[in-house]
Amino acid sequence: MISADSLSQKLINQFPETNFDISEYRGEITIQFPKKIVIDLCKFLKYDSELEFLLCEDITAIDWAKRKERFTVVYHLYSFKNNLRLRFKTNIDESEQSGGKAGYSIDSVTSVWQAANWQERETYDMYGINFKGHPDLRRMYMPEDFEYYPLRKDFPLMGIPGSIPLPKK
Amino acid sequence: MDSELKEVHPKIIQALLDAETDITVEDALENEMILNMGPQHPATHGVLRLVLRLDGETVIACVPELGYLHRGYEKLAENMSYYEFIPHTDRLDYISPMANNVAWVLAVEKLAGIEAPPRAQYIRMMVAELARITSHLVAIGTFAMDVGALTILLWTFREREKILDIWDMLCGARFTNSYTRIGGVANDVQPEVLAKVKWFLDQFNDNLTECEKLLNTNRIFIERLDGIGVISKEDAIDFGFTGPNIRACGVEFDLRRAQPYLKYQEIDFNIPVYSEGDCLARYFVRADEARESAKIVRQILEKMPQGEILLNQPKKVLPKKAEIYTKMEELINDFMIVNFGINPPTGEIYHAIEGSKGELGFYLVSKGEGHPWKCKIRSPSFCNLQALPKLVVGHMISDVVVIIGSLDPIMGEADK
Repeated sequence: MISADSLSQKLINQFPETNFDISEYRGEITIQFPKKIVIDLCKFLKYDSELEFLLCEDITAIDWAKRKERFTVVYHLYSFKNNLRLRFKTNIDESEQSGGKAGYSIDSVTSVWQAANWQERETYDMYGINFKGHPDLRRMYMPEDFEYYPLRKDFPLMGIPGSIPLPKK
Repeated sequence: MDSELKEVHPKIIQALLDAETDITVEDALENEMILNMGPQHPATHGVLRLVLRLDGETVIACVPELGYLHRGYEKLAENMSYYEFIPHTDRLDYISPMANNVAWVLAVEKLAGIEAPPRAQYIRMMVAELARITSHLVAIGTFAMDVGALTILLWTFREREKILDIWDMLCGARFTNSYTRIGGVANDVQPEVLAKVKWFLDQFNDNLTECEKLLNTNRIFIERLDGIGVISKEDAIDFGFTGPNIRACGVEFDLRRAQPYLKYQEIDFNIPVYSEGDCLARYFVRADEARESAKIVRQILEKMPQGEILLNQPKKVLPKKAEIYTKMEELINDFMIVNFGINPPTGEIYHAIEGSKGELGFYLVSKGEGHPWKCKIRSPSFCNLQALPKLVVGHMISDVVVIIGSLDPIMGEADK
């Protein structure tokens, strides 16, 4: 078993120049990290012999609507060895994309866990967050030509009329 | 032979003998075929669509397409109160709605920082385990039907019907139960219901053994399943398998044991684990688990304490109907909860239970309002389905339905 203190110490030793914000709420540990180290951090968490977070349970995002760093990407990881579930979060801001347009992006962790593949596709589908390096970044649930991202807070609950065309007769 | 040939004109015979009859294909890819399977296909257990690339009858690539049952429950949850979402959880895994109800209220209670009274927790545990039995019965029955053993479906559905009757007596609904409430359950378990549960348990093991006898001694059934859709322990974890599917790969991971919720630490039960990781192992795990669940329910019946079934916490828990009509304070609280919600403090939680298909989790973010700011459903079927392309590649097309059946996906849950 590994305690929260020794875990934070390990993280600080491994990433000395990075600020981690570690908090605990209702017995769950949440660790906030800067988005540029996402792949290094995930690899460290998975392959470190004391941690072994082998199971990537869930990846999702939160839309904060009016905040400057609009989205938070959330990872839930589970370690069989320590019987411990952790939540990792990182804020992402609007940035320049390869196509010249502004958008939201973060590196994909599909290379670390294969389970991340569909989870990231779903997050892309629902929030429009571009996972760079994802092998198959298509929409998960919505049609491929759908233009909007339904779980963003500015998407109306009733949907947008005409956004999904009816089949031709 | 020769006498027959003499009747045919010799020129025709010569022409046939001279003709090029050997068919050779230089490029093997010319034999490939794209097959669209589903979304309306009886063996895909709902609206799962697969696009398969076939070489003859062998699958060489597979792409699952989801979303035909996407109703946007995560969006709906952000726009309704915590109480209002309880009926919607029924529609996630519609084979075991009780387990979903339990998962949702446990997540909300963790967010709000309350805990249900012991009797309510025991009742929840009982309905969750009975739901697991129904789910595994359906899984085994439809799975056997996919392989061709039609009788089992009728036998397992007969058993399931008895549990649906129990639901009917317990809460008045057979399928979409919506039985749990935040801080407890909707109504107390009557002695008749407990008697019926006991009656069910008394005959269940024998009936399950009968079903198993019909399958385990069936050579066709065993040979269709043995060694099909094998996945290693490491791959299963990497793909995010949970529930019976991961336990069929030799990983002893059960949230009831690993991170006990409700009162599971007071219950004695085994976790069936098989190491083969093929379709047959997944079938054995489900059958054994149904038997273990029956054992758990029997213990629950013995240990269930008397007492309240609803927490007395006026700001978070809806008061009883009789009190609303007779007392002023309760009327005010009821009005506030119905109109403005229970307003859990600002924070975020993730709570997962061992649902019938695997780890069913809810990630809730509260801003202190009556409705969640964010609700993410971590559905086991979604994660289990992800390994489907890996499992089916290299197998025959008739094995695809077997592998889907062995993974036991429920599209209501995978598509949300």
